[in-house]
Amino acid sequence: MPRFIARNIVKFVLLLLAVSLVAFTLVSVSPIDPVQANVGQAALVNMSEAKRAQLAEYWGANTPLWERYANWLTAFVQGDLGMSLRYNAPVADVIAARALNSLALMATAWAASGVLGFALGILAGANRGRLVDRIVKGYCFLLASVPTFWLGLVFLVVFSVQLGWFPFGFSVPIGVSAADVTLADALHHLALPALTLSVVGVANIALHTREKTIDVLESDYVRFARARGLSTWGVLRHHGLRNLALPAITLQFASISEIFGGSVLVEQVFSYPGLGQAAVTAGLGGDVALLAGIAVFSAAFVFAGNFIANVLYGVVDPRMRKGAGRA
Amino acid sequence: MGEASKTNPLSAIPVGHATIKHEDMQAHHHHTHAPVSRHEHGHHVLQVEDLSVGFRMYEEDVPYFRAKQRETEVIDRLNISVHVGEIVAVVGASGSGKTLVADAVLGLFEPNATVHGRIWFDGELQDADSLQKLRGHGISLVPQSVNSLDPLMKVGRQVEGFAHPDESHAVRRRRREKLFARYGLSEAVAGMYPFELSGGMARRVLVCCALMDDPRVIVADEPTPGLDLELAVRALGDLRTFADEGGGVLLITHDIELALQVADRVAVFENGTVVEETAVANFASPDLLEHPFSRALWHALPEHDFQTGGGSPC
Repeated sequence: MPRFIARNIVKFVLLLLAVSLVAFTLVSVSPIDPVQANVGQAALVNMSEAKRAQLAEYWGANTPLWERYANWLTAFVQGDLGMSLRYNAPVADVIAARALNSLALMATAWAASGVLGFALGILAGANRGRLVDRIVKGYCFLLASVPTFWLGLVFLVVFSVQLGWFPFGFSVPIGVSAADVTLADALHHLALPALTLSVVGVANIALHTREKTIDVLESDYVRFARARGLSTWGVLRHHGLRNLALPAITLQFASISEIFGGSVLVEQVFSYPGLGQAAVTAGLGGDVALLAGIAVFSAAFVFAGNFIANVLYGVVDPRMRKGAGRA
Repeated sequence: MGEASKTNPLSAIPVGHATIKHEDMQAHHHHTHAPVSRHEHGHHVLQVEDLSVGFRMYEEDVPYFRAKQRETEVIDRLNISVHVGEIVAVVGASGSGKTLVADAVLGLFEPNATVHGRIWFDGELQDADSLQKLRGHGISLVPQSVNSLDPLMKVGRQVEGFAHPDESHAVRRRRREKLFARYGLSEAVAGMYPFELSGGMARRVLVCCALMDDPRVIVADEPTPGLDLELAVRALGDLRTFADEGGGVLLITHDIELALQVADRVAVFENGTVVEETAVANFASPDLLEHPFSRALWHALPEHDFQTGGGSPC
């Protein structure tokens, strides 16, 4: 057990180093001039050459990549994530404020797609070849091939513009002071982006669960359970669910990375002030401190998801639990 | 339950078996009796007549898009009877479709299967629905291996089963404890998962699963894989006891030696049908066997020099 923990800590540190290094390298080789991106085109033109050089010096635009990375890493180890150029605030504060919005969005979408996908997958798998199965399968194939941002736009057109059920964007009503925003307001703004994100997530989970359900129903133990008098639904209830839970959990926690990726697009479409949107802003603005911070945060987030899946494996599957205990 | 088996249920024409008067004569219904075979209440406990199982499948040697569906008969007008007090062994080559006999008796059909024929249980003609109701309530299966147990559920709970909502869990549990005690399985086994069972424990657990439901007939489908003859005969002692106490056993096996050791009667299975159903005693000499394939089997036995003359068995 201590070895398991130690190995995962080493993996985690290596992952963070790699991710932050890649973020730094990508920003430094990108054609975006941080000075121009941050003062704006008009101000840049009116600025004197000396002023420009001073700004470049102040922001460290001419410092070599290795030196910048070493500086950042030293500060990071001491708990300082640096200042965001674009938001003019400590990176940690920007991430904290935005992560809350993003996490609410992702958690809703993640739970909804997991539950709905699992249920639809079992329904389709148990009725393989019948009408229900074909409908679920058709729905999943359609959604799996639809780009997230396009679906978001369609939802905006239908539900916000035509039906007027949901707001057009943002996480709170416009023109309302932060103190007056109610939970209902927040949920109302969350609904459509979360729906978009979960609808896309459902397809993946449902198709995997369907496949697994078919495998389980064709297994020897299900044949035997049926030979002992259980109906198809009885078999699924008593033997199917626990055997389907393991792949479902894996898939569910592995899908955190996909939800994270999807949230970048969805937040952009819905102007939802989350991490994804901040990442886009940071990337386009040459804000390397913020981008590295977000990259590290999301890597940690996805790593945690996969790690939880690994640990839950052992909890659900006695073969792994007892096998590991003996070894 | 598949569409085909719904449109073609085991047809309900009560001819043949029910009209024949049952006395303990040496040969009737195309089979000969063993000394222990009994007709309780004047009928067989299980009687299969003219069973045919076919599958709709696509032609194999035709390009994908031109392949047509066709009907392939795997079991063809098969007859077999199980009496009270006996073990009947269906002996045939591996992969020849013997398991489909077990499936048919249990009413477990693949969706693309077409099943015809008549099956009587305890003197009553069955159809697909009633056979389904008999699963675990009269007819029980002893499967081949521990793979037939749910890998994620403790053995005790699985033996107790879920298909008897009329009995309380406590009753089932006491019954399971008694069976475990009788078959030399400790209570610790009940708390194990299937992957922790040894081969011998697994076999006894599977027998307990069947006996748990107090069946009249046990269908045992290759219950002793990988055991040598001596061990297999000993392992099947549990089924012998069950038969001696008034049950009927349909043992499906590829092993003619094993069949001759433990069964009372042997049904020789070839090309999807039972070509001869005869008492084990008749395997004493090839002259007592009627069908060439049965005689070939006799010649292939180790004590008869493994001759393969007269057709290749298995």
